[in-house]
Amino acid sequence: MKLKHQYIAFKTILVKEILRFSRIWIQTILPPAITTTLYFIIFGNLIGSQIDDMDGFSYMEYIVPGLILMAIITNSYANVVSSFYGSKFQHNIEEMLISPTPNYIILLGFVAGGVARGIIVGGVVTLVSLFFTDLSIQHYFLTSVVVVLTAILFSLAGFINAIFAKSFDDISIVPTFILTPLTYLGGVFYTIKLLPEFWQAVSLINPILYMVNTFRYGIIGISDIDITYAFGIIMTFITLLFWWSLSLLNRGVGIRN
Amino acid sequence: MPPALRIENLMKIYPNGFSALKGINLTVEKGDFFALLGPNGAGKSTTIGIICSLVNKSSGKISVYGKDTDTEISEAKSHIGLVPQEFNFNIFEPIEEIIINQAGYYGIERKTAVVKTEQLLRQLGLWEKRSEQARNLSGGMKRRLMIARALVHEPQLLILDEPTAGVDIEIRHGMWQFLKEINQQGTTIILTTHYLEEAESLCKNIAIIDQGEIIENTSVKALLNELNIETFILDLFEPLQEPPPLSEYSIRLLENSQLEIEVLKENSINDVFKRLDEYNIQVSSMRNKVNRLEELFMRILNDKS
Repeated sequence: MKLKHQYIAFKTILVKEILRFSRIWIQTILPPAITTTLYFIIFGNLIGSQIDDMDGFSYMEYIVPGLILMAIITNSYANVVSSFYGSKFQHNIEEMLISPTPNYIILLGFVAGGVARGIIVGGVVTLVSLFFTDLSIQHYFLTSVVVVLTAILFSLAGFINAIFAKSFDDISIVPTFILTPLTYLGGVFYTIKLLPEFWQAVSLINPILYMVNTFRYGIIGISDIDITYAFGIIMTFITLLFWWSLSLLNRGVGIRN
Repeated sequence: MPPALRIENLMKIYPNGFSALKGINLTVEKGDFFALLGPNGAGKSTTIGIICSLVNKSSGKISVYGKDTDTEISEAKSHIGLVPQEFNFNIFEPIEEIIINQAGYYGIERKTAVVKTEQLLRQLGLWEKRSEQARNLSGGMKRRLMIARALVHEPQLLILDEPTAGVDIEIRHGMWQFLKEINQQGTTIILTTHYLEEAESLCKNIAIIDQGEIIENTSVKALLNELNIETFILDLFEPLQEPPPLSEYSIRLLENSQLEIEVLKENSINDVFKRLDEYNIQVSSMRNKVNRLEELFMRILNDKS
C-alpha cells in the first residue's frame, strides 16, 4: 500500500474514532468533567484549604496538574480499550483486517483516537480548573509533549488490554485494579517527599509518578524527580508497548482464530 | 495469466488438534462464478477466512490474481471483497459511513468514496436508508449493506459466504440478478450457499468440500450430467389405494394422490406417462423432489461417508 493510501486509511480510522466518542459525549466527555469538578471542590477547596502549602504552592494549585493528567490517562486508555474490544466483539475489526491497511496503521489509528480523546478531555478539565485556580503554564512545549506522550502510552496500554480481553469484564479489570491505584499513588495528590524513605523508593517503580511530575513541572515548575530521566522512562515504556502491540497484532492474537 | 485464486495444500489445524482443512487444492479462473459447497463444518468458512486473512493458516500457499498472500499481502488483499456469513459491521454507525470508511481502509479518497457509495446504495436499494444506523435495517437490508461494503473498492474477486441466508425470495432473486450482472462485468465470484438452486442457477463451476477435503471439483454442467437418477413427485387427478405395479421404476405412494418415482437417466419421462396411462392414472402436475444439484450433493456426500 502506497504511503498516500496509508495516510488515507490512518485518517479514516482516526476520524471514525473521534466521531465515535463525540457521538456519545455524555458517556465520554462529560463524566470526567463532573468527576474532576468534584475533586476540585472537595480536595481543592474544602479539604485543601486546611492543608499547608506544598513546595510553595497552595494545595489546589498543586493538585491541578495531577488531576488533569489523571483525566488524560484514564480517557486515552478507556477510549482504545473500549473501542478496539467493541470492534472485536462486533467483529467489525474484520473490516480493517481484510483490507490492505498495514497493521501498524491500524495500531496508530486507534492510538491517535485515544490521544484525541485524552487531549479533548484534558482540555475540558483544564477549563473547569480555571474556575477554581489561576493556571499559569511555565513550560508550554514540555507540557504539550508530556500530554501527548502520556496519552500515547496509555492508549497503547489500552490496546494491549483490548487484544487480550475475552469479555467486557476483562476491559474493566485493569483500569480498576491496576490503573486507578497506580494513578492515585503516582503523586497526584501529594509529593513523595511526604512519604517515608522506603515508600519513596517504592513510588519510583510507578511509571505514572514520572508523568505526573513532568506535567506538574511543565505547569507550575516543580517536580519530585529529574525531568530528563522521566522522559527517558516514558519513551522506554512507549517503545516497549508499541512493539508489543504491533507484535500481537501481526500474530493475530485475540483477533484471528 | 494467473488465475483469480490458487490454493495449494492448504491446511488448518486448530490448537486442540482438530484438522479443519487437510491440504486442499483449488483453482478459480478469472471471471468464474464459482460455488464452494459443503455441509456445516466442512471447512468452507475456514477456507474463506484464510483467503481473507481473518484466520491464520497452518500451512499451504494462496495467491490472488498472482499475488501471494504471504509475501504480497497488501496487493493480494486489495483484489478481494468479502461478504461474510455473519453481520460484522458497527451497528451504531450510519450505513453510508460504514461504506465510506471501508473505502478509506483501501486508501480511497473520501470524495471518490462518497460517489461510489451513492452508486452502490442506489443499485442495492438502500439509498433512502443511508443515514440510518445499521441496527435499524432489516435482515435483507443488512445483507445488501455487506454486499455494498464489499464492492466499494471494486474488487476483482468477490467472495460471498452464504449471502442470501435468511433473505426472502424476492430480495434473493434481486440479489442473484445483481451478482450475475457484476460477474458479467468481469468480477470473479466465489459463493458458498446452502440453497443449492442458487448455486445451480448462478455458478459455472463447483467444488464440494467435506471434512476438510475437496471431494468434487468440476463444472456445474458436468456434475449435473453425473446425475443418473432423478426423483419426481407426481400429483394425480384421482386418488389411489396403492402404487401401480411398474417393475421398471422405483415407485411409492406418498399420499393418496401423490406418487414419488425414480427415473434413470437413460429412461424417457414420456415412458413413465405411457405406463401410468395404461393404469388410467392421470397426472395433473410434476416436479423434481429436490433440486437436481441437491440430489447429487446428497449422493456424493453419502458415497463419501
